[in-house]
Amino acid sequence: MAQRARPLSPFLQYRWQYTNTLSILHRITGVLLSLGFFLLIYWLAAVAGGPERYARALETLLSWPLQLVLFGSAFAFCYHLLNGIRHLFFDMGHGFELATARKSAYATAAGAVALALLVWWVARAGLGGVA
Amino acid sequence: MSLRSPLRHVTGLGSARGGASHWYAQRVTAIALALLGLWLFFSFATLGGATHGRVVEWLSSPLSSALAVLLVLTAAWHAMLGLQVVIEDYVADKGTRAAVLIAVKFALVVAAVVGVLAVLRIAFGAAA
Repeated sequence: MAQRARPLSPFLQYRWQYTNTLSILHRITGVLLSLGFFLLIYWLAAVAGGPERYARALETLLSWPLQLVLFGSAFAFCYHLLNGIRHLFFDMGHGFELATARKSAYATAAGAVALALLVWWVARAGLGGVA
Repeated sequence: MSLRSPLRHVTGLGSARGGASHWYAQRVTAIALALLGLWLFFSFATLGGATHGRVVEWLSSPLSSALAVLLVLTAAWHAMLGLQVVIEDYVADKGTRAAVLIAVKFALVVAAVVGVLAVLRIAFGAAA
């Protein structure tokens, strides 16, 4: 019997709206944070490696391409944190009213940008002091 | 006659299998990471100009090293659960999917071990 082409998930056909934007951003930031995790491990290993290795690692981390990655990680961290909390409330059955869901979505997006700028500024002040 | 009996069709193949515990572990690690992430943020904020000495001083306190080990382990676990779902959704070929899943799990476990050993070295004074 000839195999019929199976239907694909229709996620690419849906009209673009805030719900699927936030949803896919949660995935993308999750993947980015997994990469950021390796940067955190690199930093920890450098601290354990002694002052010279730490100084060299900081130089690498504060070079501009990695600053970009660090800012990306900061945004990903804030967004994933805020939207994650939003999802925990969904999991408990709260916040499904259309108006509420829309409000929490915009609050998450705006909060993530604001918090990311704050985190980046604080982390730079914290780590960049010696470089 | 085959080595495989029809039994395999009825055991362990219900619709849920490990799904519920995967879902639950993802949420529990999320709550833990929200707290540990905030701790990391406030630690960075209070570190100021982070010379090597100050970072070592901070990380070698019992509370910091305990929380740092927890953060490394929980983050690796949460990432493993999350990346697994993403890979299962987007990698259609069964063989490639298994290979990518195993590679990602190996990488995360290696990173977690490196991270924990680094914190322990710092905690026990080998990094000074």
